[in-house]
Amino acid sequence: MADMRVNIAGVEFKNPVITASGTFGYGREYEHFFPLSKLGGISTKGTTAEKRNGNLAPRIAETPSGILNSVGLQNPGIDKFIKVELPNLKSKDTVIIANIAGFSIEEYAKICEKLDGTNVDMIEINISCPNVKHGGAAFGTSCQSAAEVTKAVRASTKKPIIIKLSPNVTDITEIARAVEAEGADAVSLINTLLGMRIDINSRRPILKNNVGGLSGAAVFPVALRMVWQTANAVKIPVIGMGGISTWEDGIEMMLAGASAIQVGAALFKNPFAAVEIIDGMNDYLDRKGIKSVNEIVKKVQPW
Amino acid sequence: MKYMQGKYPIIASTTLAREIYDFTVCCPKIARAAEPGQFVTIAADGFPLRRPVSLCGIDKENGTIRLVFEVRGKGTKEISRLREGDMIDIIAPLGRGFRLKDYKTAILVGGGIGTPPMVPLAKIYGENCVAISGFRSAANVILQEDFKASGAKTVLCTDDGTMGRKGFVTAALREEIEIKKPDVIFACGPSPMIKGVVDIANEYGIPSQISLEERMGCGIGACLVCACRTVRNGEEFYAHVCQDGPVFESKDVIF
Repeated sequence: MADMRVNIAGVEFKNPVITASGTFGYGREYEHFFPLSKLGGISTKGTTAEKRNGNLAPRIAETPSGILNSVGLQNPGIDKFIKVELPNLKSKDTVIIANIAGFSIEEYAKICEKLDGTNVDMIEINISCPNVKHGGAAFGTSCQSAAEVTKAVRASTKKPIIIKLSPNVTDITEIARAVEAEGADAVSLINTLLGMRIDINSRRPILKNNVGGLSGAAVFPVALRMVWQTANAVKIPVIGMGGISTWEDGIEMMLAGASAIQVGAALFKNPFAAVEIIDGMNDYLDRKGIKSVNEIVKKVQPW
Repeated sequence: MKYMQGKYPIIASTTLAREIYDFTVCCPKIARAAEPGQFVTIAADGFPLRRPVSLCGIDKENGTIRLVFEVRGKGTKEISRLREGDMIDIIAPLGRGFRLKDYKTAILVGGGIGTPPMVPLAKIYGENCVAISGFRSAANVILQEDFKASGAKTVLCTDDGTMGRKGFVTAALREEIEIKKPDVIFACGPSPMIKGVVDIANEYGIPSQISLEERMGCGIGACLVCACRTVRNGEEFYAHVCQDGPVFESKDVIF
């Protein structure tokens, strides 16, 4: 049994596998399949200051080895999260990361202030949601606005802050450097890649929002490349995600430079994907005689 | 209600009509927990999303469920290749089914591939229900023997009149209500049919429940993609077909 513990910004995870925001709700649904204590952590559904219904359906379309979604941040609002969902999650013996999104810098700061007084372990700042017209991705696609959001949330809370980055940019490493300079404790990447599908009979986009975010196995090589580049550009920990479906993907992602990983879309087909990845990664380390999972981080040997 | 995921044996498989398949799956725990109107999601080899299929039969004694589905695309085509003896990967039972409350008599309205979830209701209501089903043409007609065997009064409509009466289910529904007003109407089918059924139910002041369809992700209420506009506590709320439905009280749904 290898030591699977990892430490991100002073927070200890029992293993490096976190379920990704937007795929795992607030944990209640997957608890029917396995105890949440098996997970390293849970990144909760993106939560905003006020409750939101999100976009009209259809909000999902299948693609080759992938999924497009356009949920649009449906959530019950931060107050209900703090009152109802957080106490439940905190009883599950796993690291709880509150994923939050805003439509203005003030909103991001306000939510962080509210979370500062709670027992949430970390806050993941979503500056990369592609499915809302204002805010969301708009903050994540320029170094200046990404830095401004980071500065504002940094001033609003002492909780460790993870900035979740958008892949829909020219150079993700520049954004990562910009948020690192403003005091981000970690970065997580990638959020979904903006995509589209059209029904050839109706000539209508399948998603009512016309476009949506691509995730799933199809994006894994892109995510891996971006994590590798980012891990080589910043000193803060990188949490890698994007299409991780098997334990082998998890190992690759950590070799590329991720200190922890998130698993999302794979859960839809296999609700046990995250726990199987934990077990598979542990077996790999044992077979290789590696004592701690931290020993493989960024250990890819580039040509 | 607890759902589970597993691979279970298909103990019978048959074709009901062109591209419509009928599997009987042995899964005693799921059968014991399942209720009419609930659904399963089936994993299709090589596809990232599971396919939702409603329950056409629940046999608690023999520990089996019956799944009748239509090939709609490549994923369902892949599932249709499974045969008797093969294992099928399902998550079930899912969603909220029909609420039977103390309704003594019912009219069931099924359109096309919306007909299968009406079969378990017909079994429960027997001669206290009328089962109206509608199909495009004689070649698409399925499940009529099941409705007859349940003791329900069975009314068949086809759009082109090649079998049963010619026309839509809504005309037959109106006639049946005029003959005997039921306590409740249960419906599943294409959106225009559902809308037509609900309009008639409202006109006669009969409560109605409808089983809806939407593109799904996780199927268990976590990913929130299968939104359905409803009214909850006086406010517009996007409910989720997989968790809050697939069966909704039609008075709660915004069309």
